[in-house]
Amino acid sequence: MKATLDYILHLADNALILGQRNAEWCGHGPVLEQDIAISNISLDLIGQARSFYQYAAELKGSGTTEDDLAYLRDERQFLNILLVEQPKGDWAFTTLRQFLFSSYQQLLFQKLTTHADERLAAIAEKTLKEVNYHVRWSSEWVIRLGDGTEESRSRILNAIASIWTFTGEMFMSESFETASGIVVTELETSWREKIKTSFAEANIDAPDNTFMRSGGKKGIHSEHLGFILAEMQYLQRSYPGCEW
Amino acid sequence: MKTYIRLFFYGDIPGQETGSAPAPQGPKNDWPLWEVFIRSKQGLDHKHVGSLHATDAQMAIENARDVYTRRQEGVSIWVVKSQDIHASRPEESGELYDPAADKIYRHPTFYDLPDEINHM
Repeated sequence: MKATLDYILHLADNALILGQRNAEWCGHGPVLEQDIAISNISLDLIGQARSFYQYAAELKGSGTTEDDLAYLRDERQFLNILLVEQPKGDWAFTTLRQFLFSSYQQLLFQKLTTHADERLAAIAEKTLKEVNYHVRWSSEWVIRLGDGTEESRSRILNAIASIWTFTGEMFMSESFETASGIVVTELETSWREKIKTSFAEANIDAPDNTFMRSGGKKGIHSEHLGFILAEMQYLQRSYPGCEW
Repeated sequence: MKTYIRLFFYGDIPGQETGSAPAPQGPKNDWPLWEVFIRSKQGLDHKHVGSLHATDAQMAIENARDVYTRRQEGVSIWVVKSQDIHASRPEESGELYDPAADKIYRHPTFYDLPDEINHM
């Protein structure tokens, strides 16, 4: 029970934190059309997070709400991977992270659609359409930047160099995953294949043998998560139950 | 000093293909402008909804999806480069449109329709 709850919170936290990160682009996108595109993705992710939090709140019972789970948990209780909490960086970093994460979500949710937990399967099925679009949109950006100008290429290469250390955690099994019948290690090969295909189009290489950082799934985060939570939770913490 | 002012009408943006005057020097990284047409549901026409910037047709369709269909406005998108659309000139409206003004017999309002016919 605890494991199931933790697993759903993990899925929810990943979506919420990346949604919050991407929302930082709202009003700051490189062009109006892409500003709206990344804001749409941000809202999609927050929508995903809500579906998972609502389910988690029901499992937890005793009057817990989705808002309690999003706004009243502390840093150490968040189970998202480190990848999603990293600062948004430049456009290359943001689109590359989206591509790496959405490709992972795509494989994971394809598996979840046949999960024994019907609620989880239904959320995965509904969400998969959005995720497919996120993969398409972000992969095109990675290819465009990698195969673009000298500057765009150097930006995507820098982004790969700084992000790669956070990719391994997606495929490190945590006890709440194995207890929920999810074997993330199985996804790694297909994920690498998918990444390599797009990278080849952009004429870039996927790094091998990088040291992989982890801890997020255990609640041990990088210094960035606290700042996101401070900003996101401030209102509910200062004015409990506030609505507008 | 002579100053030449060229008038461009909506959509009539000179491009290299048209062989007209060289395109005005905009900001260096300006992406081309595209016109967007959305079909709101199967069986209806694509209607012009606005324009946007994109580097190529694929990106224009995706931008249109994000900008113009986020509230379920459509099921199909057309995009066309604005420079490929040619418009009539406002100062020609006299010769183009005014002659139709006194030819009311062109309107199908002189027939008696049977009551049973609806939707005319």
